Amino acid sequence: MENIKEHTQQTHSYGLYILVWLALITLTGLTAVIAGINFGKLSIAVAILIAVIKSYLVLTEFMHLKSESRTFKAFIFVAIFFLAVAFTLLFSDYSSFVGK
Amino acid sequence: MSTSESVQAVAVEHIEEHVNRDDIRSRMGMWLFLFSELLLFGGLFIMYSVYRYLHQTDFSIASKEMNTYLGTLNTVILLTSSLTMALAINAMQRGKKGLSIFLQAFTILCGAAFMINKVIEWSHEFAEGNYPGSAILAAKPKGQILYFGLYYSMVGLHGLHVLVGMTVIAFMLVFTIRGKITPDNYVKLEAAGLYWHLVDIIWIFLFPLFYLIT
Repeated sequence: MENIKEHTQQTHSYGLYILVWLALITLTGLTAVIAGINFGKLSIAVAILIAVIKSYLVLTEFMHLKSESRTFKAFIFVAIFFLAVAFTLLFSDYSSFVGK
Repeated sequence: MSTSESVQAVAVEHIEEHVNRDDIRSRMGMWLFLFSELLLFGGLFIMYSVYRYLHQTDFSIASKEMNTYLGTLNTVILLTSSLTMALAINAMQRGKKGLSIFLQAFTILCGAAFMINKVIEWSHEFAEGNYPGSAILAAKPKGQILYFGLYYSMVGLHGLHVLVGMTVIAFMLVFTIRGKITPDNYVKLEAAGLYWHLVDIIWIFLFPLFYLIT
C-alpha cells in the first residue's frame, strides 16, 4: 500500500479552496471597478498585475503547484520566462520605431 | 526452502506491492501539453499587444461595444467552475464519490452557462454588424477591425477550449460513475482539472484585455 500512497498527493481542506475562490472573486470585482476609474497609462498595468495575481493563485492552489516537486516548478518558470522574453524583445523593438 | 522457491516468493511479493503506474509523470505529461497551449495563446497575446500598442484609441472605442456585465459574470462563472473542479478532486481524494460526481456535473453546467453567455454576446455583436466580413465593420477604422478580428479569434479559440474541457470532464464523470476513477487512482481527473484551470487562467487575461480597456 506504501506504493499507492506515494502516487497520491496530500489533501488540502475544502476551506482553503473556498478562501482562494473568494480572493479570486474579490480581485475580479476590483479589476472591474478600477477599469471604471481612469488611471491613464497605469490602467493596463494594474489590470495585468491583478490578472497575474489571480493566475498565481490558480496555479499554486487549484493546480497544486505548491505541493509539486521542484522539477515542475522549474519547468513552469522556464515556460513563463521565455514567453516574457518574447514580449520584452518584441516591445523593445516596437517602442523604438513607433511614432517616428 | 530452496533458492528458486525463495526467489519466486520475493517475485510474487514484488508484484503484489508494485503498482505499475506513475502519476507524477502523468501529471508532468499533462503540464507539457499545457505548455504547448501556453505557446498557442502566448503567440496570440503577443499579436494582440502589438496591435493594441499601435491602435490604442481604436481598441478603446471598439471595446465599448462589449457587455462588461456579461463579461464579469462569465469570469465569476469560470472561477466558480474552477473551484468546483478543485473540490471534485479533493472529494475524490477523501473517498466521497457522490460529492465528486455532483461537483464534476456542476463544473460542466458552469461551462455550459459560460457558453450560453457567449452565444448571447456574439448574437448581439452580429446584430450590430460587428462580425468578420461585414460591410459595417469594414467601414470602421483599421484598429477597430483588428480589435474585432482578435476578439473573435482569441475568445473563439478560448470558447473552443471550454467546449473541449466540458467534454473531457463529461468523460471523467462517466469514469467516476463506472468506478474507473477511485480514491487511489484519480490521476485522469487531476489531468482534466489541470486543463480546466488553464482554460480559466487564459480567460483571466482575456477578460481585462477585451472588456476593460479604458
